[in-house]
Amino acid sequence: MKKKFSLPDFTNAAGPISSIVAILVGLLSGIIILLISNPARALDGFLWIIAGSLMSPKDIGNVLYYATPIIMTGLSVAFAFRTSLFNIGASGQFIMGAYGAVLVGVKLQSLGSFHWIVALLTSIVFGALWALIPGILKAYFNVNEVISFIMTNYIGMYLVNSMVRSTVYHKLTNRSLPVAESANIPKIGFDKIFPGSSVNGGIVIAILISILIYILLNKTTFGFELKACGFNNDASRYAGINAKKNIVISLLIAGALAGMGGGLLYLAGSGKYIYVEDIIAPEGFTGISVALLGMSHPIGTLFAGLFVAYITVGGSYMQLSGFVPEIIDIITAIIIYFAAFSLIIRNVLYKLKTRNAGDKS
Amino acid sequence: MSTIFFLIQQTMFFTIPLMVVALGGMFSERSGVINIALEGIMIMGGFFSILFINVMQGTLSGQLLLILAIIVATISGAAFSMLHAYAAINMKADQTISGTALNMLAPALSIFMARMIQPSGVQQIQFTNTFRIEKVPVFGDIPVIGEMFFQNTYITTYLGVAILIISAIVLFKTKFGLRLRACGEHPQAADAVGVSVYKMRYSGVAISGMLAGIGGLIFVVTTSTNFNANVAGYGFLALAVLIFGQWNPYRIAGAALFFGFMKTISATYSSIPLLYNLPITGYFYKMIPYIATLIVLVFSSKKSQSPKAAGIPYDQGAR
Repeated sequence: MKKKFSLPDFTNAAGPISSIVAILVGLLSGIIILLISNPARALDGFLWIIAGSLMSPKDIGNVLYYATPIIMTGLSVAFAFRTSLFNIGASGQFIMGAYGAVLVGVKLQSLGSFHWIVALLTSIVFGALWALIPGILKAYFNVNEVISFIMTNYIGMYLVNSMVRSTVYHKLTNRSLPVAESANIPKIGFDKIFPGSSVNGGIVIAILISILIYILLNKTTFGFELKACGFNNDASRYAGINAKKNIVISLLIAGALAGMGGGLLYLAGSGKYIYVEDIIAPEGFTGISVALLGMSHPIGTLFAGLFVAYITVGGSYMQLSGFVPEIIDIITAIIIYFAAFSLIIRNVLYKLKTRNAGDKS
Repeated sequence: MSTIFFLIQQTMFFTIPLMVVALGGMFSERSGVINIALEGIMIMGGFFSILFINVMQGTLSGQLLLILAIIVATISGAAFSMLHAYAAINMKADQTISGTALNMLAPALSIFMARMIQPSGVQQIQFTNTFRIEKVPVFGDIPVIGEMFFQNTYITTYLGVAILIISAIVLFKTKFGLRLRACGEHPQAADAVGVSVYKMRYSGVAISGMLAGIGGLIFVVTTSTNFNANVAGYGFLALAVLIFGQWNPYRIAGAALFFGFMKTISATYSSIPLLYNLPITGYFYKMIPYIATLIVLVFSSKKSQSPKAAGIPYDQGAR
C-alpha cells in the first residue's frame, strides 16, 4: 500500500486547538474594536495588549500576581464542573476565605513564622464551609445548586461586611485592618527577580494545587468516582458510588479552592483590604471564565488564568493610548463565547480524521 | 395603614422586574435552552432604552417616551439574545459558557459604548424621571385598593401584570405554547410530529430576550436616575426566581412576590418602627431575602419540575 500524506491525529488535541482558535478570534475582534474607536492609534493599542505585560520584569511579576487568585477560583469552578455542578458561588467562598485569612492575619500575631500558614489554612476552611451549605442542600434536599450559590454569594457578602465591621474594622477608610507582616506569604526571592511587582510565593502554591487537582481527578479512584457521578448519576449509583457524599465532598473541595484564592490574594502583602461595600467579589465570576477557557481541565485552567492576567495587565497599559480598559473585557467575553463552539471544531477535526482513514482503506 | 400601602408599593418596584425577567427565562428554558445570560440581556436592554430616553427627553416626556423606550428595550434585548440562540442552537455550544460570555460582554460593551457616544465621555447615562404616576384616574380613587395599587406607580407595573397573564395563556392555552413545551421536554418527539425544534427554540430565546430587555428598563427606571452598566444582579436573582417558581408562570409570580416583599422589608426596615426597634443589626435584614429563599427551597425542592431537555443541544441524528 502506498503511503499517503495524512494529517496528524488532532482529535485528542481538539480542546486546546479550539481554545487557541477562540483566542485568535477574540484578538481579531479586539483589533476591529480598536479600529472603530480610534483608527489612528489602533496599532498602538493592540501592541499594548499583546506586549504590554512583557515589557519589564515588574509587569511579568504582576501578571503572576493577578493570575494567582483567578487560577484558584478557576480551579474551584472547574472542579465542580467535573461533577456536573455549576459553582456560580465562587465569589461567596472567595470572600469568606479572604475574611478568614484577614481575621487570623490581624488577630493571631503571636504565631511567628507559622502565621501565614495558619491564616491560609483558615481561608481554606472558611471557603470550604461556605460551600458546604449549598452542598448539603443539593445532596439531601435537592435544592438546585445554581440558586443556592447565588443566594450564598449575597449572604456571604453581607456576612463578611458585618463581620469585618465587628472584628477587624478600620473606620476611617471603611475597610479591614492591615494584616501583620508575618501573615504575608513569603516572597521566596520573587521580589528580586521581579522588582516592583506584587508577586509572591502564592503563584507557586497555585501551580502546585493545579497539579495536585489534576492528579486527584485523573489518577485516583476518588477522582474517577467524582467524574462518574458527573457523567451519569444513575449509572454511578448502580455501581455503588455514594452520589450524595460525592456531591458534598466535591463542593467542599471547590469551596476550599475558592477560599484559598481569597487567602492568597489578601495575604499577598500588596496592600489589599476588604472594603465594606455592597459589591460581590468579581474574582468568582472571572473564575468561571477562566475555568471555561481552560475547558475545566486543571492544567488548562492554570494556563487560562495566566492568559487572562496577561491580557488584563496589557489592557491596563492600553489606557495610555487613550483606549477604554473595558475593551479587554469585551475581548475576553468574545474569546469565551467562541470557546463555547469547541464542539463544532472537534467535529471538523473528527471529519478530517475519518476522511483520512477512508482514504487509506 | 400608610405603612402597609408604602410596603405594597415598594414590593411592586422589586417584584415586577424580577417577575418579567424570570418569565422570559421561563420561555427560553421551556423551549430547551438554559439562559443564564438574563443579567447581560437586562443590561443591554437597559442601556439602549435609557440611552434612547437620554437622547429624546428634550423633545418627548412622560408616558409616550416610556412606551417608546420599552419598545427599544424589547428590540435590543431580543437582538442581543440572538447571540445566545445562535451559539446554543446552531453551534450546539455549551449553554452555560455562551451565557457567561454574554453576561461578561454586556457591561463591558455598554461602558465602552457609553464612553464613546456621550460627549462627556462618562460611563453613566443620566435621565430625568418623568414617568411616575401620582394617581391613576378613576382607579386611584377607589378606597384601599386604589391607594395600594393605583397610586405612586408606573405603567410598567401594569405591563408586568399583563405580561404575566399573556405568558400563562401563551404557554398553556395555545398551540405555540404546547409546541414550545414539547421542545423542552422531548425534542425528538416534537420533531417527529413535524415541529421545527430549531424554530421553537429560537422563539423561546427571543421571547426571553424581549422580556429581559424590558425587565432591565423597568429596573433602572423605577429605582434610579442613571444607568451605570449594571442591574444589581437582578438577572441572577431572576434566574433564582425562575427555579424557585418551578418554571410555572403563576409560581414564578408567587416567588417574585415573596422575594420582592422580603427585599422590601430589608430595604425599608429602618422606617418601620416595629422592626427598627428589634435588637437586630441592619446586615441581618439585608440577608433576610436570601436566607428566606434558601429556607423555603429546602421545603419545596423535593420534586423538581425542570424541563427535561433544557441545556441539551438538539441533534436530529440522536435518538
